[in-house]
Amino acid sequence: MNIIFEKRLTSSTLLGVATLFLSFVLALVFCALILLGFGINPIEAFGVMVDGAFGSTYALTETMVKAIPLMLTGLGVAIAFRMLFWNIGAEGQLALGGIAATYVALFMSPYLPDVTVLPLMVMLGALAGAIWGLIPALLKSYLGVNEILTTLMMNYIAVLLVEYLYLGPWRDPDGYGFPGTAPFPQSAWLPRLTGRVHAGLIIAILAAALMWFILARTRWGYEIRLIGENLEAARYTGVSIAKNLVLVMLMSGGLAGIAGVAEVAGLTRRLYGLTVGYGYTAIIVAWLAALNPAAIILVAFLLAGLLVGGDQLQIALQTPAAVSEVLQGAILFFVLGSSIFTRYRIRFRRKETQAAGAGDE
Amino acid sequence: MNEAFVVSILSITIRAGTSLLYATLGEIFTERAGILNLGVEGIMVMGAATAFAVSFHSESAWLGVLAAVLVGALLAFIHSFLSITMRADQTVSGLALTIFGTGLASFMGQRLGPGGTTMVGLQGPSFSRFPLPLLSELPYIGMSVFNQDILAYLLYLLIPILWFYLYKTQAGLHLRAVGEKPQAADAMGINVSRTRYLYTVFGGMLIGLAGAHLSMAYLQGWAENITGGRGWIAIALVIFATWDPVRAMFGALLFGGINALQFRMQAAGASIPSSFLNMMPYIFTIVVLVLITAYERIGKRLGAPAALGLPFAREEKG
Amino acid sequence: MVGRMTNSQNDYAVQMFGITKRFPGVLANDQVDLEVRQGEVLALLGENGAGKSTLMNVLAGMYRPDEGRILIHGKLAEQLSPRDAIANGIGMVHQHFMLVPSLTVAENVLLGLEGAPFVMNLDEVRKTIKEEAEQYSLGVDPGAYIWQLSVGEQQRVEILKLLYRGADVLILDEPTAVLTPQEAADLAETLQQMAAEGKAIIFITHKLDEVMAFSDRVTVLRKGKVAANIKTSETTREDLARLMVGRDVLFRLEKSQCDAGDVALEVNGLCAENDKGIPALKDVNLTICEGEILGIAGVAGNGQRELAEVITGLRSASDGSVTARGVDILNRSPRDAINAGVSHIPGDRLGMGLAPNLPVSDNLVMKAYREPPLAKGVLLSKQSMGSFVHRLIDLFSIATPGPETPARLLSGGNQQRVVLAREIEASRGIMIAVNPSRGLDVGATESVRKSLLAEREKGNAILLVSEDLDELTQLADRIAVFFEGEVMGVVDPDETTLEEIGLLMAGERSSRSAVDGSEEAVP
Repeated sequence: MNIIFEKRLTSSTLLGVATLFLSFVLALVFCALILLGFGINPIEAFGVMVDGAFGSTYALTETMVKAIPLMLTGLGVAIAFRMLFWNIGAEGQLALGGIAATYVALFMSPYLPDVTVLPLMVMLGALAGAIWGLIPALLKSYLGVNEILTTLMMNYIAVLLVEYLYLGPWRDPDGYGFPGTAPFPQSAWLPRLTGRVHAGLIIAILAAALMWFILARTRWGYEIRLIGENLEAARYTGVSIAKNLVLVMLMSGGLAGIAGVAEVAGLTRRLYGLTVGYGYTAIIVAWLAALNPAAIILVAFLLAGLLVGGDQLQIALQTPAAVSEVLQGAILFFVLGSSIFTRYRIRFRRKETQAAGAGDE
Repeated sequence: MNEAFVVSILSITIRAGTSLLYATLGEIFTERAGILNLGVEGIMVMGAATAFAVSFHSESAWLGVLAAVLVGALLAFIHSFLSITMRADQTVSGLALTIFGTGLASFMGQRLGPGGTTMVGLQGPSFSRFPLPLLSELPYIGMSVFNQDILAYLLYLLIPILWFYLYKTQAGLHLRAVGEKPQAADAMGINVSRTRYLYTVFGGMLIGLAGAHLSMAYLQGWAENITGGRGWIAIALVIFATWDPVRAMFGALLFGGINALQFRMQAAGASIPSSFLNMMPYIFTIVVLVLITAYERIGKRLGAPAALGLPFAREEKG
Repeated sequence: MVGRMTNSQNDYAVQMFGITKRFPGVLANDQVDLEVRQGEVLALLGENGAGKSTLMNVLAGMYRPDEGRILIHGKLAEQLSPRDAIANGIGMVHQHFMLVPSLTVAENVLLGLEGAPFVMNLDEVRKTIKEEAEQYSLGVDPGAYIWQLSVGEQQRVEILKLLYRGADVLILDEPTAVLTPQEAADLAETLQQMAAEGKAIIFITHKLDEVMAFSDRVTVLRKGKVAANIKTSETTREDLARLMVGRDVLFRLEKSQCDAGDVALEVNGLCAENDKGIPALKDVNLTICEGEILGIAGVAGNGQRELAEVITGLRSASDGSVTARGVDILNRSPRDAINAGVSHIPGDRLGMGLAPNLPVSDNLVMKAYREPPLAKGVLLSKQSMGSFVHRLIDLFSIATPGPETPARLLSGGNQQRVVLAREIEASRGIMIAVNPSRGLDVGATESVRKSLLAEREKGNAILLVSEDLDELTQLADRIAVFFEGEVMGVVDPDETTLEEIGLLMAGERSSRSAVDGSEEAVP
């Protein structure tokens, strides 16, 4: 007897949502067991996390703060994934965006009219991120170099570059030797909405709407979807793959770059500690949201809650914040494992072999 | 260039390269079977944390190593289960493993010290370097190559064994066939799934061992982010080594050497900021990747397992 | 040819009785009997879809039959896996070789060998291979890597693999499909030698001259059943052609007189290679006029696919020209072909013709989305798209729960209607249709064919590549028969017998070469 997996012909959203929910529950149980192993009460821990993330207005704003970069990088990552280009480099692209914005804020703003500073920061930040993402894209397009590794290596280089800058030549001369740049002038501040939530949120939501619009309503979006769904068909109907790859990566890197701008201009208002892993969490956001712009906003918010909850856990129960990473990993495992049930039907059949490649001719 | 300088550089190179090579060898075998395991970083850091924690509490260094190897096997098993049996996307599965592993290791690092405190700053059983009799008296290489810890010496033995296994045995032949053209291997009666499981888990064991070396020989302690991206460099090294164990050795020496150079330059007060020195391995990796890929495109086969990352399912028709 | 003439059971190497094999929607083998004696060469002849490969895959342990039994050397055999078949002395060389390119010949031979020592003894393997190679004129360097070998040499390795494992019944699936004439002759020699030594050989083919030249007996399959089982010496090419092709009328369609206009598509001296680098098109010349359907007949793999791909811009040619309504479109992009008025109904609708996960609407607009009214600047006008999609769904009676349903959920027939609708809508004079009714039920087939005839009425030039002779005879005004990349002849279906077409398909040059049916003496 053999267990055969047969591709499902029909799929139901209900099944999809149900398996997602079940995966989440199983992941929670799995992590609860781990927590128990460390002598921590999982119910208490989860309670603290939920409270810390969503339990008060302050909590909600803090969650929103973390959600903003996740939304932007998540959108950026998603559009690349749509074309089956594995952009792992959102972290580095975000960093470059922050660097460019910092440059404008600290070194160009004295010479510019105040009103132009922010827009310039956003533009140059997006451009910097776009270029950072374009390099691996070109390497893939013309030389066929695996983009997972190149984008990843670019991350490390970017992170080191940021560190170098705020520990070295851009270090605040009046900072008493502490790391980080000087604070930005007010013209370079992204306005705050409530609590520490800054206008980056508006940019993120606009970006999501724009992405939805592009994918659903424009010819370019149609081509992107087609390439991702069936490369052969795209080729057959005359779509230019190379051109689209470049455009998509410009957008992908650009969005991550804007995330970096938003972080330095809205949140920290200086360049310090920019690279905390949003670019990597963004991949999970995009994937869990099935690359759907609207879902990304929601999932980003939920995952941000996970991160904030982890921080709160550290403060309240002295439990390492790393538990949120563990939870993220576990959720992914179970979602990955359960995806087979939505894509395939299980059949029990007598053993059968098939000659590879030989059809019935 | 005097002997002391050479010995010093070589010594650090090998010390830095040992864990890198263990991980690379492990991933080579996994990828040779056709499975891409991007979770190397996660497995490695878990190996480091496990080794240190277990050896600290049990006061036995070897028990720590054993635990690291087992943990590596277990984590790799999760990846192979998801990738092979559950037909999940190998890239995402590997990334999930990295995130999970780094998170859990960090957790352990903060909670597995005595009384549930941090492991940072603790000192436990470790593997120190010791010179081999006779061999260590050779000039230049004596006090560098033959003055390492036991895990490095084990590695010296492992390289030729793995090379022989891969190219000279029937089992190695089957492994190479599975990663290259699973349909052909299947038609000749080889169990593709079982082969893939086996070598993914084996790879995980070596990667766990790599982590153990970090926390018990190289650093002899625990630090947050002890791996610092070594796992990812190992993945790139696999490509650099064109999936060959002996070439991997040279690759690890090269990257270990860059590490060593960083140290020396910093110690010598060089004017290049340390950040840029730290960038070198990563820039170098990109250059290597470009060269290897471009070279392969010119036509000469460099041995990338053709079926790497592609799922194999006999039952599926289009 | 050497062959035993006695009838005792023991002389039969293989006997298959009542083999039946079903796949979803297809009865591939229907109560098939087959037998081959030791020292005999049996040809298994038939068209595409006749069931030849399936039958042999059953014998070689790849498939389990639903009914029937197999006797090997008189003993009942359970062929559960390729390993079991090999243990029984049966080995098969498939059309797609099971070789690992990055390993050497010796390593490939050794692969999966039962009872092989842990440490490989390649020297011994190489020695044995050399001996066997010499014995059967299968010259190949055991130390060479597979990727270095020519296709013919690779095939020799496949045979050596089987000999090394002691096979005494060898099955070869379309062995000369990938060989040059010289290599094919060498192979024939090898097979004769093996037969002389008592081995049983079965080769699957659709080429009549091979059957006549190399086999002792021939079994003809048609639509899953045995059509004949005769001694080669007692039959003729014509008989075989007729048996192979037969006649099966599903329905008749009304076809008006051909009212051909100007030349719409012209192909001159076209030469192109296939994916393996072997010439697939050799100096092909064709013309299609407006309001005409030119059919392309031939067994799959004789260049038809490559022809369609070159014309639609998906493959580059090494020589010749393709002119669509006066515009040269050779070696340009698919976009250029589309702009020149060429629309394409591809042979694999799920591979190239559709994006299965995208909704029906997205699939329908795949050609039209660049132009107004669907395109409004950079945008896609939802409104125009909606009415466009609805119009096509109605016009072509596409049965779908809604325009947003993913295409993969539609039945095969409706999927094909989607492709047709899109291409017909987009066509501006020239259509290339490849196997348009493959895998469809009777109703869908009828509607597809009616659509094509309707397009012909409108004055479109249609190139119809099909493996279904009924389709061609019903729809085409002229039929060009392809064999090994060349046009064997262009015939008028109303004036040509199926037998003649069958001969052309199997490699016989035509004695007629024009529509008017004038006979020319064969040079």
